[in-house]
Formats: sequence, C-alpha cells, structure tokens
Amino acid sequence: MKKTMYEKIWDSHLVVDEAGQAPLLYVDRHLMHEVTSPQAFEGLRLSGRKVRNPHSILATMDHCVPTKNRNLPIADPIAKKQIETMAENCRVNGLKLYDMTDPNNGVIHVVVPEHGFVHPGMVVVCGDSHTATHGAFGALAFGIGTSEVEHVMATQTLPQKKSKTMQVVVNGTLSKYASAKDIALAITGKIGTAGGTGYVIEYTGSAISQLSMEGRMTLCNMAIEAGARAGLVAPDEKTYEYLNGREFAPSAQYWEQALAYWKSLPSDEGAEFDAIVTLDAAEIAPQVSWGTSPEQVIGVDGLVPAPESFSDEIKRQACESALAYMGLTPNTKITDIPIDYVFIGSCTNGRIEDFRIAAEMAEGTQVAEGVTAIAVPGSYHVKQQAEQEGLDKIFIEAGWEWREPGCSMCLAMNGDELSKGQRSASTSNRNFEGRQGKGGRTHLVSPAMAAAAAAAGHFVDIRKL
Amino acid sequence: MEPYKKHESIAALMNRSNVDTDQIIPKQFLKKVERSGFGAHLFHDWRFNDDGSDNPEFELNKPAFKGAKILVVGDNFGCGSSREHAPWAIADYGFNTIISTSYADIFYNNCFKNGILAIKVDKDRLDKLMAEIAANEGVQFVVDLENQQVTTPGGNGFSFDIDPFRKGNLLSGLDDIGLTLKHVDKIEHYEQQHKLNFPWLWV
Ligand code: SF4
Repeated sequence: MKKTMYEKIWDSHLVVDEAGQAPLLYVDRHLMHEVTSPQAFEGLRLSGRKVRNPHSILATMDHCVPTKNRNLPIADPIAKKQIETMAENCRVNGLKLYDMTDPNNGVIHVVVPEHGFVHPGMVVVCGDSHTATHGAFGALAFGIGTSEVEHVMATQTLPQKKSKTMQVVVNGTLSKYASAKDIALAITGKIGTAGGTGYVIEYTGSAISQLSMEGRMTLCNMAIEAGARAGLVAPDEKTYEYLNGREFAPSAQYWEQALAYWKSLPSDEGAEFDAIVTLDAAEIAPQVSWGTSPEQVIGVDGLVPAPESFSDEIKRQACESALAYMGLTPNTKITDIPIDYVFIGSCTNGRIEDFRIAAEMAEGTQVAEGVTAIAVPGSYHVKQQAEQEGLDKIFIEAGWEWREPGCSMCLAMNGDELSKGQRSASTSNRNFEGRQGKGGRTHLVSPAMAAAAAAAGHFVDIRKL
Repeated sequence: MEPYKKHESIAALMNRSNVDTDQIIPKQFLKKVERSGFGAHLFHDWRFNDDGSDNPEFELNKPAFKGAKILVVGDNFGCGSSREHAPWAIADYGFNTIISTSYADIFYNNCFKNGILAIKVDKDRLDKLMAEIAANEGVQFVVDLENQQVTTPGGNGFSFDIDPFRKGNLLSGLDDIGLTLKHVDKIEHYEQQHKLNFPWLWV
C-alpha cells in the first residue's frame, strides 16, 4: 500500500494497537520548558514514578526569562519560582537543561534544531503547541498538555488518535519580499484556524523545496495556527546537510544508516491524502493580520475588511468584534495603519535568516518617532551569529533595542508587553486578544515587513520600496 | 481523577465562537507551579473589570449560572495555545461538561485527561440548546455518560458519540498512565527493537 510520510512515521511508532483502546505511540524526543512542565514533575513525584528515558529529554527556559538585565535577579517572584523549579526538576531527574545562563539557552523550538536533537522520522512532543516547528525535519512533532508530559516521562509513549492527512501544495516561486511567514499566514487565511483540525499537514510543492530549513521551520511552526495537529516537510538534501555535524545528529559511524532510513520517509508517489489545498506562491503578497485570529489576514496591498463582506454569520461577527478590539475602521488601507511597537523574534521568526532580512531593511533607516522596536534573538547562538555579522550594530544604529534571547513579547510573560491600546507589528504567531499585553493590538507580519514598519511608523508594501 | 457520574446541573451559556485558551486562562496566571487554584482566574479578562470587580456584562457572572457544571459554548472552543491550564481552570471553576460543535484538538484531548466530558453536537442542536438556555436561564440539563444521553426540560435532549476508551476512563476515573503501564512489557520490547534499528539514538 502506498503511504504518506505521516502514515509511515505513525506505523513505525505503534507500540500497542488493540481494539477498544487508543493506540500507544512511542516518543523519541521530549522537549521541555518551564511553564508546562512543573505540574507534570509534581505528578510524577506524587505517584512515585520515574522518568523512563532521561536521554530523550532536552529542556530550556524561555517563556518567563527577562530579555534585558539578565545579570540581575528576576524581579517577578512567580517567574523566579518557575525558573528555580525547572532547574531543580532537571537536576533531580538528570535531564539536559540549557538554563538562563547557558550559552545554548534560547526558545525551545529554536534551540532544539540548532543542536540537531530532532531527526527525520522521529515522534517528538513538547508541552507547547509550536512543537509543530520540528516537522520541518520530517519528524512528527506536536504539542501536548501537561498530563501528557507526565505520561511521556513515565512511559515514553502516548495514547494517540490517528489524524487525517492534508496535503498543502505550494508551487511556483515567492516574490522577493514574500517569505515562509507569508505562506504560513496565507494558508491560515485560506483554510481558517479550524481548517486543519483533525489533520496532519504535509507541505509539498516547488515553493516548499526552495525554502531553507529556517523557512520550513517558520512554516511548520504555524501549522497549529491553521488548526492542524502537526505540519511536515519531507526531508531532502537540505535537511541532511543542516543536521550533519550537529551535536545530537548521528555520528559518522551511523550516518549512512540514518541517511538510508531518512530517505525512505517521504510520502510514496501516488499516496492518497484525505484533503488537498493548493496555493500559488507567486500570488502570495506580504501578509498582515488585521484581526484577533491568525485567519484574519490580508495582503499588505489590501484594505481592512468590512463585516458585511463576510457571508458567513460567524465570520461576520468575528470580524466585527475583532475590528472593535483592534480599533480599526473597515476599508482602511493596511498601509495606513500606524504602529507603536515592533517585535522581531519568537520561535516563528527568531532565527538568523530572520534577522538578516530585517537588518537589510533596517540598515540606514531610523525607527519612526514614537515607535519602540525590539529585536529579540531566538537563542544565544542566533545572537552570537548576528553579532559576528554586525547585524546588532545595524539595529542599534537604526534605533532598535538589541535584546537577550527568550519568548519575550510573543506572549508577554516576561514583562516585555504592549500597554492597553498599543499596536504592534510582530513576527510572532498569535494575535489573540491580550496576547502581547492586556488591550494590546497585534498585527502578525514577516521580519522584513516588521522592519519596514518600524522605519515608516506604519505598514508599507515592501515590494514597492 | 473523580469518576464521572450521571448528574443534573445548571447549563451556562456562552454564545461565543473561537474562544481561545488565552481567554480561558490569560497567561499572567500560568506561572504557578502547582495544579490547583486556576478556577479563580477562569476567563479573567472578560470576567473582571480593571479594578478587579466582577464584570456584570460577562455571561458567567449572571446569578442564574452560579454553580453551573455544564458549559454550552460556540464553535472551535479552546483554540490557541496547548496550555493544560485551560482545562484545569475550567474544572477547578466547577465545570465537568462542555457542549459545543467543535473543539481545538489539543484542548479536546486535555479535557478528558482532566475529567471533563467534552460533547460534540451539530450546529442545529447547539442552536436549540442555546435558545433553550437563553429563554430560561438557570435551566438544568441531565448528563448521563453511561448511556451517552443528555436530556433537557425543553425537549432538546440528544444522544452523543464518545470514544469508548475515553468514556471508560471518565467513568472509572482511572488515570492514563496506570492504563499504559499495563503494557510495560510491550514498551520494553519496542525499545529493544528501537535500539537495533536506530542505534544512534541510544548513544
Ligand atoms: S516564542 Fe512564542 S510561540 Fe514560541 S515557544 Fe515561546 S511563547 Fe511559544
């Protein structure tokens, strides 16, 4: 039988598949951060259970960590407690942890690939919905809840329901200033935040093959915004080259054996998907979200839609309440929307390529009056690399703040946040009400779009610069 | 986990769609390292005014919905972040049953792990249930998981589907880990194969 990549990974990880019970799937890698794990450790402790395979776990601290004055004690006592609890839990259980002062520290989904911890064909979980990021390597990677974190620690398996498969085909070539982020937003705009519910998406097509590993990570990262359980890209030469030589990649002794396995993973020619969605890359304009859901998105040359323009009653209502929250009037040009804040970073767009393109846009400009712009590298390695390339200087000279790594304003748990009514151009992945601070208004964009907006003080069609 | 028993309870109505986990439990409350006490912050940004007083406009603050165990809510409930704090907050507040047309995947899984029965109904049924509550706030529904049946005084009762595994776990209150560990020999066997097939993962 012809199989999709998802089915191959699924089948090879089944530990128990008996009638009347959810199939048990084996878990190869388990990623952790400080927010969704403490109660799982608490559960283990209370039930007297142990971590089954400590070597399968890699942990970091990212959500609550300050992005400036790292040398000072953490001011927020609860954040401090979380950080300390994480360190203690990792110590007691013998887990690898990149703590706040570790040179490998950063956002979990940025750090993990940097060390080659995820390989094609693996099942990867993390108590974090953006675990989908690692699908870029052809691994089945998905977010789980805290009780599942406990379950995986105790058993190395997870009861799972098999998903349906959706193929998202993106053919053609992106225009110079459109990026993986714009593909991701365009897909969410097209199928909606529930469009992928119940599915695992496999991204295929020439535009996907052309993406770098970083771009594929950005794309898979946002599979969850389209409602999907996970996103996948078939491994290819770029994948192998990226992994080769990294700390947790197969050593030379096993490389050929691993490679042979990885090459068997891509979906068989003619394998059937339960749903197929097609996009033309050439038609994807730089995207800007205008509402409070990632599906409320439009090309930068568009207008803020009017509620009446939606025939669907639920979408019409959603538009109305989003516009009220966002303080926007229908039919305003996207390029006329002024902004107060710019955030470049997160596990969606906090990698070296993102800062390169943003720096290219920022070079020789000045952050517009009244605008605050922060660049927050996804990890210390990204930060270091950017500094070696002189990108930090470009940002600083243009009036940006150059910060320490962390999730920062992606979810504003560490004190980096919008105040009520402030409007941001943000390279993160979610624009929900209050995501970046209570009453804050988020517009999701690519790094290039964010940098251009910082200089102009409003969105700009970067294709016309 | 408490075993899920047949009950008759007030059904609270939230006629909103795409309610995301950032609304269910805003992130400022995620920093706790314990499991309990999240109910006090459920729907915080909607439920409370800036000065901390109750927002009388918010549905669940209506006196008629006090003590509700059943939450009837619009499509795609629980979308957004995978945080399990959302079902903890819902359960801690006192709900043990949610009725909607659809849920985000992760949230749906997490409900069952926390003793919450998440029931799916079609749009038409949901509209009827919502209308019944709207017309008679404080109305009580009977939820019978054993027989997969909900009954309402307005005659909008229905039977629902549920995965038998999930049903069994809710009814017995048994935790998933205990169930899985019954298969520990199979896990060991799998791992032995795994070491042979993927030796580079075990060095
Ligand atoms: S950067 Fe944002 S989306 Fe990514 S892990 Fe951190 S909080 Fe989650």
